[in-house]
Amino acid sequence: MTDVAKHMKSETVEQHEYDVVVIGAGGAGLRAAIEARLQGKRTAIISKSLFGKAHTVMAEGGCAAAMGNANPNDSWQVHYRDTMRGGKFLNNWRMAELHAKEAAERVWELETYGALFDRTKDGKISQRNFGGHTYPRLAHVGDRTGLEIIRTLQQKIVSLQQEDFRATGDYESYLRVFQECTITELFTTGSGPGAPEEQRRVAGCFGYFRDDGRFVRFDAPAIVLATGGVGKSYQVTSNSWEYTGDGHALALRAGATLINMEFLQFHPTGMVWPPSVKGILVTESVRGDGGVLRNSDGKRFMFDYIPDVFREQYATSEDEADRWYTDADNNRRPPELLPRDEVARAINSEVKAGRGSPHGGVFLDIASRKSPEEIQKRLPSMYHQFKELADVDITKEPMEVGPTCHYVMGGIEVDPDNGMSVVPGLFAAGECSGGMHGSNRLGGNSLSDLLVFGRRCGLGAAQYVDGLRARPAVAVDDVDAAVDRAMLPFSSATDGGENPFVVHLELQKTMHELVGIIRKADEMEMALKKLADIATRTRTVSVEGHREFNPGWHLALDLRNMLLVSLCVARAAVERQESRGGHTRDDFPAMDADWRHLLLVCSALGEDDVELVRREQVPMRADLFDLFELDELKKYYTGDELGEHRAGSSGQGNGA
Amino acid sequence: MSSHWHHFRVWRGDADGGELVDYPVEVNEGEVVLDIIHRLQQTEAQDLAVRWNCKAGKCGSCSAEINGRPRLMCMTRMSTFADDEVVTVTPLRTFPVIRDLVTDVGFNYVKAREVPSFEPPPGLAPGEYRMQQVDVERSQEFRKCIECYLCQNTCHVVRDHEENKPAFAGPRYLMRVAELEMHPLDVADRRSDVQDDLGLGYCNITKCCTEVCPEHIKITDNALIPMKERVVDRRFDPLVWLGDKIFRRTGS
Repeated sequence: MTDVAKHMKSETVEQHEYDVVVIGAGGAGLRAAIEARLQGKRTAIISKSLFGKAHTVMAEGGCAAAMGNANPNDSWQVHYRDTMRGGKFLNNWRMAELHAKEAAERVWELETYGALFDRTKDGKISQRNFGGHTYPRLAHVGDRTGLEIIRTLQQKIVSLQQEDFRATGDYESYLRVFQECTITELFTTGSGPGAPEEQRRVAGCFGYFRDDGRFVRFDAPAIVLATGGVGKSYQVTSNSWEYTGDGHALALRAGATLINMEFLQFHPTGMVWPPSVKGILVTESVRGDGGVLRNSDGKRFMFDYIPDVFREQYATSEDEADRWYTDADNNRRPPELLPRDEVARAINSEVKAGRGSPHGGVFLDIASRKSPEEIQKRLPSMYHQFKELADVDITKEPMEVGPTCHYVMGGIEVDPDNGMSVVPGLFAAGECSGGMHGSNRLGGNSLSDLLVFGRRCGLGAAQYVDGLRARPAVAVDDVDAAVDRAMLPFSSATDGGENPFVVHLELQKTMHELVGIIRKADEMEMALKKLADIATRTRTVSVEGHREFNPGWHLALDLRNMLLVSLCVARAAVERQESRGGHTRDDFPAMDADWRHLLLVCSALGEDDVELVRREQVPMRADLFDLFELDELKKYYTGDELGEHRAGSSGQGNGA
Repeated sequence: MSSHWHHFRVWRGDADGGELVDYPVEVNEGEVVLDIIHRLQQTEAQDLAVRWNCKAGKCGSCSAEINGRPRLMCMTRMSTFADDEVVTVTPLRTFPVIRDLVTDVGFNYVKAREVPSFEPPPGLAPGEYRMQQVDVERSQEFRKCIECYLCQNTCHVVRDHEENKPAFAGPRYLMRVAELEMHPLDVADRRSDVQDDLGLGYCNITKCCTEVCPEHIKITDNALIPMKERVVDRRFDPLVWLGDKIFRRTGS
């Protein structure tokens, strides 16, 4: 068959051309799109749900930035140190540095877009305490900070469209949102068999509109992935349906690499009851504002779980911990505010020891600590959430909470400065990128991550486009193959394939039970066997009906991404024989300095297999290394690595 | 865990028409209407179209009419119905149906673009913004809006009155104007826009929008009525009237 005949036969595919295509319309995607447009690039934003509904709205607590409004001792250096500690020094230090240095500017910039954060008495942006942050650092709006950020960015995009309308008569001349559109393939040049790797470049992408199922292709030399996380591979998660690892999987299939996929953050406090809301987030602000965790004996058990590496920074008695809220300079922090991985493991242990709450969690008590008025003022959406979903009045009774799959630290390996992956023209920002948070993310560092690296990716993509001599062309064969792959679940129906919902539940159960919060080698090996079986079943899932807003079809295509990402998580989790941050091995319970400098790098082998290699981290730059005391570094680094430190001098004047 | 069978009626169809379909469905303790819709998808109606995201009342995606009342499906607990009460779920009436419970809410995005945006104060660099909490709280109330469009759907100005849609932005976007007008540092004046272009005058403060707001925002009392007062202050101020006659408004 000639190319023309083949094309005639195939489906109609709507076609658009842009300079930059941003996949994902959460905080990172919108900030990237704003930057690309400000750089004069014609930019498309592709949103899997309606514009303004992205998962960023779920972020509650705040956006970490060392503005020093609540405590003038704060600085980017202190924020940097907290971030590296939180990530157990596995972070990409350059990303952590850029993040700490630029977060404040990015927050202030939002005020020029119209954001209204809560204020201090002198009219500055108020900042709240959060786990792992030395000083009150989170800019916030009650407990709905994510909504404020998504709305602010959405409204900034509208204001740019209004500017473009005044200049060109068309709102969408430079910036257009394609909503309820899912991307299923990335196109690259040089992807065919035998094509030299060095010719590989991004050329465009392919997808469908959810409402009527029509296919669409975007021809663009630069693509920014900002698709968020992978939580929908787990049974109990705070993540929405969109979190199916699309960006992770698209990047893998386009030839990019993922790092740190073994590190998943189980947020310590998700709702545990009623069953239909199991996993929904209870913000860390409850603890930041004074809430404490108790077991069924009424005991504040977190004092029993302070690990050695944090012993100097956390209070050992309830009296000292309580004094800290009003006098942070002379008291140590309450252990309820340890990094999330520590708190999640502690809750897990208490429940296992039989000291849990009636529905298998522990108690989170703010009622006995703050007045009802204060609770309603500081935590309005938590009050609302418990009242309406669980019929619990949190001003009168404690909440029941337990760990929930919340965030993936792992993601697409990128250049820290411009966000480009190993595939030229392919960028990634936010949760779908990897490295910034190391083995564990601090609360509040996500919203700031989105802003800092969203902007950097938008800029990086614009500069990359400027440097191109010619635009890579999309191959017609690739488009046809993408159509065929997307239609597969309909043609499988005649062969009697399975219901995608059933296969999805099986995948969630496998990951939850066998590659969950506490991991063992034999269980993970079993998970890999099950995933191989699920891979076969995923290839042949079938759906009924048509392409118009058909959730079965959508899930059938998302399932392919969830499977590939789950394989990466399981493979990396088996490989890393230590416990660190969001990766806890029952059979290797200790953190091991010989593993700190190793990254596990995944790449795709065909449709549903992955290859995993070990790679050495780039050693931290000397001036950043010297921001830490030698005694602290000794807890994380091997003796050989410590030779680079400014040994001897006591390092005074760094704050602490 | 206790469970029982419940009688659900769900509107199935598309732009060309449709009908209510009866489903007997299992309901467990603690579930909400959205859980039941999902159960139908997983069992007998794999292609039942529904929008949803967060399932926690924060994103405003799963708006529908439940027994005739505009609500979020994720925030409507099954325990609020008697066991033998039929639960009827239909799509939002004010917007064109795409499929089943999914409607085309594009109207709202068009109206969003007609509201003149935040205009920052000249000469104030990022980081120099100073505002008092008491002053930001007025606009913050309106910024709690999750854009579920239940108020837009309920407002009788456009519900069953397609002809009013071009001239009327709806409570959500009139409230957006109020939010910007009450922003302590915004420098634009939108009082003419809100009356002439966005149709504030159509609103006769029946408070239906306030009643259905899942965020309990006092849309009518705190946003629409104060906006009407501000417009009146401007329109009936003789000096402003004279100024408007002599110096025609430029730009917007």
